[in-house]
Amino acid sequence: MEPDLSPDEITFLAKPWVTIVWNDPVNLMSYVTYVFRTYFGYSKAKAEKLMNQVHNDGKSVVSTGTREEMERDVQAMHEYGLWATMEFAS
Amino acid sequence: MSGFARHRRSGALIATFSGFEADLLRSLTSQIVELLRNERAEPVGTEDPLEAMFDFSGPTTEPEDPVLRRLFPTAYLDDEEAAGDFRRFTEGTLRDGKAAVAGAVIDALADAGLPDLLEEDGLMIDVELDPAAATQWLRAFTDIRLALGTRLGVEDGDEEHWHELSDEDPRAQAHDIYNWVGFLTETLVEALSDP
Repeated sequence: MEPDLSPDEITFLAKPWVTIVWNDPVNLMSYVTYVFRTYFGYSKAKAEKLMNQVHNDGKSVVSTGTREEMERDVQAMHEYGLWATMEFAS
Repeated sequence: MSGFARHRRSGALIATFSGFEADLLRSLTSQIVELLRNERAEPVGTEDPLEAMFDFSGPTTEPEDPVLRRLFPTAYLDDEEAAGDFRRFTEGTLRDGKAAVAGAVIDALADAGLPDLLEEDGLMIDVELDPAAATQWLRAFTDIRLALGTRLGVEDGDEEHWHELSDEDPRAQAHDIYNWVGFLTETLVEALSDP
């Protein structure tokens, strides 16, 4: 590993899987924000930023981690009724 | 029609429903429970009949019903095998969880005084939920809206289309119910977020 990587980059390299939440026409913006705050423990500002990405861009990466962690997150999003997928962030 | 509010002192989430509204909510949640039972979550597509008989783990392919496909989305878009494994290990649990939150709504309405058969006019049902129960109700509301929204073919920015339908059109009525459950969701989220 390069010694001059920032802590964020090291985390990224070590945890290359991502959970993606997709826009859907049913779920309310307030509910999506609520789920991001409740499940991930994100601040109101961060949860709203991610929700806006989902709404405006059609999708957003909402968490990063190991494959097992992302499977847990995707399953949790499906429990809440959000449309989520996971992929290897190559 | 009123939504949810937070009781200042106890922190409970409270709402008052007419008998008709409470009965409608019970009917909608019951239909979700029925839908979840309807198409069984079992393994499909195993070639070997002996192997199929001993595979009790869960389905690996998408459900046929579009509502169930929306409730249990495919987790991997580009990897069919991983998607099948994910579904095998999660769909049963997800189905049980969705049936459980729907059941919690049905039980709470009964506890609040909704009779098995609604006959009385003017009956009011006061619901009082702790935050954990309120979270279950939110998930149940969401499943109802996903089911109705999928059946109706709801899309972003299509409000005008629904307004133009005749009041007699069953789709317009279903869309009104969809909006009402959305209103309940909105007020419950707001009440829960209220510090």
